[in-house]
Amino acid sequence: MKFLLIFSIISVVVSFIGSRDKTLQGIKKGLMMFLNLLPAILAVLILVSVALYFLPNETIVKFLGKEAGVAGYIVAASIGSVALIPGFIAYPLAGLLVKSGVGYPVIAVFITTLMMVGVLTLPIEAKFFGLKTALIRNALFLLGALMIGLAIGLIYSL
Amino acid sequence: MNEYILKHKVYLLLIIGFIAFVLVSVFTDYDAGCIIFKNHFWVFFTEMILFLPFMFVLIGIADVWLPREKVEKHIGKSSGIKGIVLVVLMSMAQAGPLYGAFPVAYLLWKKGTGVRNIFIYLGAFCTMKIPMLAFETGFLGLKFSLLRTILSLPVIIIIAIIMEKYFEKRGFTMYQL
Repeated sequence: MKFLLIFSIISVVVSFIGSRDKTLQGIKKGLMMFLNLLPAILAVLILVSVALYFLPNETIVKFLGKEAGVAGYIVAASIGSVALIPGFIAYPLAGLLVKSGVGYPVIAVFITTLMMVGVLTLPIEAKFFGLKTALIRNALFLLGALMIGLAIGLIYSL
Repeated sequence: MNEYILKHKVYLLLIIGFIAFVLVSVFTDYDAGCIIFKNHFWVFFTEMILFLPFMFVLIGIADVWLPREKVEKHIGKSSGIKGIVLVVLMSMAQAGPLYGAFPVAYLLWKKGTGVRNIFIYLGAFCTMKIPMLAFETGFLGLKFSLLRTILSLPVIIIIAIIMEKYFEKRGFTMYQL
């Protein structure tokens, strides 16, 4: 975060020395894009916040628990695909899952789908790619995430 | 301004509704509303607002300065393995949630990046960001992180090649906001 901040400031200063007009034009362009994306992002963040309230960590652990079996994988892939959980929440949660006895294969499916598939962020993605492309990307990435997750599971069970 | 409200009316209504809900919750000491706002929404919001505006300014600056010929030459349609290595390295150096990668992908596309490399960029951004890997290693162990990264790269490249083939005849477009 700090790095990005410093890097942006340096870039703007260098750009300004290069050309005042171009810099202002660039900043305007960037901020316009930001403002046009902001409502969709805020809406997604609101939905995620409400969803997380109704699905606290303890509930997720219960659903993914040792006894969950195949259902555990399906729940892991579903939560992972739909949710938008930042790494600083997802990894502590994954660590908690390991400690409460959830196997690495299920965690692998959860983490890979979480990172690669974004159902809740589809409206944002569709703004840039169009709905069709966004759907294709998510479908293929879901397949890929499942493959990676299961492969990790296989290796861990050797 | 009016145009802006019209264009985003659904989202804006949801946001206004949420603000009203939080305010009512605060005044009536309704726990759920306060927790949703303070423990969840505010955490996400500060994460987003601390990086996204800067990123968009950077994208805007890059947009006016980055020469299309250079981008096209290095990570364009016919850039080959070198191009793949370049986009993977680029995405590994980044941080933040996936929705921050879409505008960068748009910029890359506009400057002549090939379809395959756009999706490799997105895929590597999802799975191989260095700040995230560091965090992951801490909670799930080095073995898990290494395995996941090593398995992810080929899967992403294969998916990107499938996407490239799919869009070859149909044509690929992205949209400016």
